[in-house]
Formats: sequence, C-alpha cells, structure tokens
Amino acid sequence: MIFKHDVIIVGAGLAGLRAAMEVAGAADTALLSKVYPTRSHSGAAQGGIAAALGNEEEDFWEWHMYDTIKGGDYVADQDVAEILAKDAPRAVYELEHMGVPFNRTPEGKIAQRAFGGHTRGFGKAPVKRACYAADRSGRVILDTLYFEGVRKGLKIYPEFHMLDLVMKDNRVVGLVAYELATGEVHFFHCRAVLLATGGYGKVFKTTSNAFASTGDGVFLAYRAGIPLEDMEFVQFHPTGIYGLGVLISEAARGEGGILRNHQGERFMERYAPTIKDLAARDVVSRAIATEILEGRGINGRDYVHLDLTHLGEKKLAEKLSDITSFVKIYLGIDAATELIPVAPTCHYMMGGIQAGSHGRVLDTEQNPIPGLYAAGECSCLSLHGANRLGCNSLLDLVVFGRRAGTSILQDLKHLSWDDPPAHPMKEVQDRIRSLKERKSGEKHGRIRSAMQETMTRNCSIFRTEQSLSQALAEVRALKQQAGRVAIDNLGTRFNTDLLEALELEYLLGLAETIVVSALGRKESRGAHFRDDYPERNDDDYLKHTLVQRTDDGPQVSTKPVTITIYPPKPRTY
Amino acid sequence: MEMKFKIFRFDPEVDEEPRYQEYRVAADPAERILDCLNRIKWEQDGTLSYRMSCAHGVCGSDGMRINGTCALACQKLVREYADAEVTLEPLPFFRVLKDLTVDMNAFLEGILYFRPWLITLSDPPEQERLQSQEEAKRVEEVIRCILCACCTGACPVMSENPNYVGPAALVWAFRHVFDSRDEKRIERLNQLDFPDGVWPCVNHFECTRVCPKKIPVTKCINTLKREIEKTLPGRSQ
Repeated sequence: MIFKHDVIIVGAGLAGLRAAMEVAGAADTALLSKVYPTRSHSGAAQGGIAAALGNEEEDFWEWHMYDTIKGGDYVADQDVAEILAKDAPRAVYELEHMGVPFNRTPEGKIAQRAFGGHTRGFGKAPVKRACYAADRSGRVILDTLYFEGVRKGLKIYPEFHMLDLVMKDNRVVGLVAYELATGEVHFFHCRAVLLATGGYGKVFKTTSNAFASTGDGVFLAYRAGIPLEDMEFVQFHPTGIYGLGVLISEAARGEGGILRNHQGERFMERYAPTIKDLAARDVVSRAIATEILEGRGINGRDYVHLDLTHLGEKKLAEKLSDITSFVKIYLGIDAATELIPVAPTCHYMMGGIQAGSHGRVLDTEQNPIPGLYAAGECSCLSLHGANRLGCNSLLDLVVFGRRAGTSILQDLKHLSWDDPPAHPMKEVQDRIRSLKERKSGEKHGRIRSAMQETMTRNCSIFRTEQSLSQALAEVRALKQQAGRVAIDNLGTRFNTDLLEALELEYLLGLAETIVVSALGRKESRGAHFRDDYPERNDDDYLKHTLVQRTDDGPQVSTKPVTITIYPPKPRTY
Repeated sequence: MEMKFKIFRFDPEVDEEPRYQEYRVAADPAERILDCLNRIKWEQDGTLSYRMSCAHGVCGSDGMRINGTCALACQKLVREYADAEVTLEPLPFFRVLKDLTVDMNAFLEGILYFRPWLITLSDPPEQERLQSQEEAKRVEEVIRCILCACCTGACPVMSENPNYVGPAALVWAFRHVFDSRDEKRIERLNQLDFPDGVWPCVNHFECTRVCPKKIPVTKCINTLKREIEKTLPGRSQ
C-alpha cells in the first residue's frame, strides 16, 4: 500500500514521541515503531534525567555544561552542550507537568541524586543533579509521553519496520516499511522523515541493549550515502550483571554503592581520587577492566563486586527497587546483604547520523539534507563527545526531540511534495524474495554471534591496531557469509526470522563503520582507548570522525570540534 | 542440561486448529526461558513467532503462559523448571495472531478507557507542581506497571466476563485517581463505578500472584472500591 503523511517519525522512544508532540496537530504526522508501543528501549533507562534544578543543593547549568564537555573528553561540541544544560530545567518541569511521577524532596520538589561525572564547582565534588523516579525513570517517562501522544490523537503504526529510506535528488521523499502482522511492504510518501530509531548495542555480545537495538535508521541512512559521525565512541557501562549484561544503574553508586575487587578494596580511589566510584563511565569501566586484567577480579575471574550492603533495605526499596529485583531474579542474590557480581556491558553509542543541534541531518559539506532529521541515540549532534554522562541521554531525547520537531514545523513551509521514484518498494521486495527463495544457506543467528564475539574481543574497552585489524577482517568475512543467509520462515505473519536476517546486514555494516573509525583515531579519548596510543593527542585528534559509504568501502574523514568556553584540559576525576 | 519444551503453534491464516510442537534444547540452569526460546528459533525452527525486546522484565513484550502460569519468559529461569517439561502458550483470552504472539489492542483500549494521563485544570506553575513524599508514595507501587498483560491473562473473572475491564486497566485507573496532582478524581471514580468496571473483581488474587513487577493489584482494586463507596455516597447501585 501507499500511505501519505506530511511527516513520518520512525521510532516510538522518547525522542520520537517528544518530536511527535511538537508536530502532531500542526501537520499530518505518523509514527512508525518496530516494536509494539511502550516496548521501546528508552523504557530501560533507570537512573534519571539530569537538570541543574538545585532542589537538593546549589547547582548551575554552567557546571552541567562543563561536566558534559569534560565527560565527553573535550570532543563534545560546546554550543550543543550549552543548549542541553540550559534547556534541561524547562524540559524536566515539562515532564513533571505531563504527570511523570518523580520521587520528591521533603519540600515536595523533584528529588535529585548524585550521578557519574556530574559535579559542583567544575569537578570539585559530586552534585545531586539526576531527577528520578526510583530506578525506572525511563519507563515512566516513556509511558507518560506515549499516553500523552495518544491523548493528542497521534497516528501510530505499531510493529512496522523501516526497511529503506527513499531519496530523490538528494532529498527525502519517503520510506519503505514492512508490516510485521501481515508481511506487507508499504511505501510511506512524505515531506519529512525524522529518524529516532535508537542505538545498536547488539553489535556486541554483552550489552544492556534490547533485541530491537539493531541500528536500523543509522544503517539505512548510511546506506543512502549519509555520513555517520564519531562511530568509534562506544560506551561500556561499568556495571552490567555479570554474564547477562543487564544494567545495574549508576544510581546504585549515586546512592552510595561501592565497587570492590578481590581483596575487597575500593579500587576507584586509585583511579579517580576526587569523585571515586562516580567518575565518568569510561573511566570506571577501564578501571574494572584493568583490575580484572591484573588478576584482581573476584577469584581471579572477569568480574568485580558492587557493594550495596551498607545502603539498607529502606533505601533499596524506595530508590533502587528494580535493580534489587533484577539481582534477586537472575542471580538469586539479596542486594541488602550480598555483593553483586558486575562487569562492563555495551550500553550506548555516542556516534550516529551526523546532525546539527536543530536536528537537521547534514551531508559531508555540512549542508542540511532537505526533509531528513534525526534525534536521540541514532543521531550524533556531537553532544556527548567521546563519552556520554549518565542521565544526559533521557535529557538529550526530550530536549533535542523537541528541537527536531520545531525544525520540521519550520521547514514544512517550504518542503514541497516530490514524486517518488518509480517502484520505490521494488528493491526491498526483491531483497525479501531472494531471502525467501534461497533453499539452504547460513543461519543468521550464527553469523550474528560470530560478529558479536569478534567485536567484543577486539573492539571493546581496550583496542590496538592489531585487534581492530582482526575485527575488520572478521567482520568483512562475515559480511560475505551474510549474503548467503537462508531463513526457515517463508510465511507472512509475524515473520521475525525474516526481520532478523535483514537486521543482520545493519549490524554488520555498523560494526564495520565502528572499526574503521576506531582504526583512524590513533589516540585515546573517552570511551576509545588504544593500548598502542594510550594518551590523548589534541594536536592531531581534537576533531570528529566522519564515515561515509562508497563503492570502495567506508571512507573516513574528519571535521573540527566547536569549542566556545572551556579549552581542553587534562581529564582527571 | 537438556530441556524439553512443548510450544503452542497456530497460524490462523494457514492452520485450522492449534497444535503443540516439541523441542529439545541444551540450556544452563541460570539461563532464561527466553534464552531457550531464542535458541530453538535461531538453531532449530525459525518459523516460531513470539515477541521480545529488552529481555530483563522492563519492556513487557514476552508475557505468555509458562506451564499454566502467566509470566515473562525473560524473568523465568531454567532452574525453576528442572526435570519438568516446559509448556509455552499464549496469554489466555487474547486473540492469537501467531503462535505466542497475541492481539494486545483490546487490552490497550481498556487502559485508554480510563484516560491514563494526568488531567489538570489549573495552569502549571513555572517550576514543578509540589507533591509530598507521602502523596508520591501512594502511587509508588502502581507506577511499576509495564503493560505486559500477565495480570489480565491470569484473571479468572476475565474468562466468565470478557467485558470486564481487567486488572491492568484498574491499576492505571488507580495510578491517576491517587495522583495528588490530578484534578479529575471524582469523575474518574464515577467512571470506574459500573458493572464491568471495578466491581467484577472477587479477590481471586491471581493478578497479584503473577505480576512480574510485584504490584499488589488486588489490593489496589479493593482500595478503589472503598474509595468509590466513601467518596460517592449518593451513588445508585
């Protein structure tokens, strides 16, 4: 079928929903989601949303801006970080007015707690900046925004997978989507597309990300020739449940939790003497990985302990009840009396589709691509630099989701309806047909596992020229094999076998862009640490990486960083 | 260890009747039932359909009946079913779309019926609306709901009265009746006060027993009933 809407938003997480609320009503807007509504991965965010409200103690947006830039190891664009920090209080009050059930202070204001890398006085000590609803902050914001969208009459297409971005003369004219319930392929004709499709943590073996986090929008933009930015910066959250990767929020340390090695030592005192366990995530993850490599993991194994036993049952119940239940369910552990085994888990992608702070997607010459916008984890506004601070992600989604919506409304005045190219669905239909017709071949699950293995082994917290070259060779070999995938399910209804086979191509393509970008950055900065180049090198690498698809493979280039107020300094916590 | 699964299969487009298919799969006791399902699908039979996403009990996608009890496949571990055959079926009362995938629209409509959003008449202040810690605590348990529908699937009343709004819709009604910021409390209570609204619940406690987020669902429903009786004295029943 052919559907026609002024604006198509892809993704029903916080960025997509917040943008939709800006646009719906003023223009004919539809929202596509690959998962059923309220299953989007924004809902898995636990700890909170950052804003310098000063409800618990003195705080200023300038401190928040500085922390964001330092957290990003000075490769965050400072004008964008300024927008984020300045707009944060308004964005949080707006959520509260919509009904988000935040925890409260004794005076009845929104309660706030400490979080990694958020400090007072430009790094002097931790500050309580994270606004939270126990440890299910993302979920309650997601539900609030979703129902608010329904209330406003937002048109939603649930369980529709975007399979192609349709461009004509370097502008967007629509997209192709697959309806999971029926197996039908549809063309959505529109004047503007907002990509809000989230991250792609499924490139790695151990991740806090959902199965749906396969980078659909990022890869399809890349395949359409749109540059991706800063793909080498992959965040590994310090505390995933050992073996599973399920997230244990940084809020656990914000509330006083302590990391301990085999000897019971609070080892973060050695790595970050000032704010210890609340250092930026890359710093803590590297510290854990170093403890493990040097034999101080628990019983010599590849994990350390998170100690919450001194927090007391009341605090665990009131502020950390979800994670308390996760460790009970998955490990049979009582967090009030026992130590929790944790190890770093792939959590967030700083890189993504290159876009400006207005949400407009940019080409290699830094010109906006008419009709194309991006917001949230799939985008790279150069906001988080080389490492995102906790609680800045939910904030990013609502601040820059809204801004993208505003830009779309402005631009619709001059965005005309263009005829789509002839047969816009043909390429996708051919791809599906050839997959279904292949009688025997590789299983997509096996190739996906092999990719996750090599990326985890060779492109994680510590990287070298050799490990990255190994990863690149293996990913490219797997891409060849992926061309021979055969599926079991030839049916039309809820054929997730087919969708997973298609998603494999996205994951492999994005894995390749991560590795080639990491090979190009011969220094260590934020989440990107090269054993062979262990120092930050501002002379040569204070710049963003761009990667673009060409017929000869990914092509890497760079662009400057915007520095307005805070000149780069050595980064210690 | 080796696990034996019996899984409900039905494609309404092709099959006249549902059937059960057996699978054997190697599994570690600490793994999730969802891990087993994925292994079956990725290694043995890609035609199997079910929903999943976050895999740790937050998104609410993989509610199903596991050996007769509604639960999330990502929250149940293999070791809980040692020595037993595991039967997986779709949530009861829900229309099956394919295998373990069910139509959630009627469920969602039920929740929307009670307007699951904050309704205020006054203009918001410049900063946050104030709410005491005690007021916030009243909804602390119900805001854990992830819309997985296990409670509604488990409710015995649903099988007798398909028009009953069901426990999940009442949890969401509770959420706004007792949110001190909401300004439609009386209207909301009136809306709950009808034969298929809050009243069909007769305290089977199945919803409370299966809730993956440990929400005291039955208690919430009883609190709503008492609140209606207390607040709407002149009501006709």
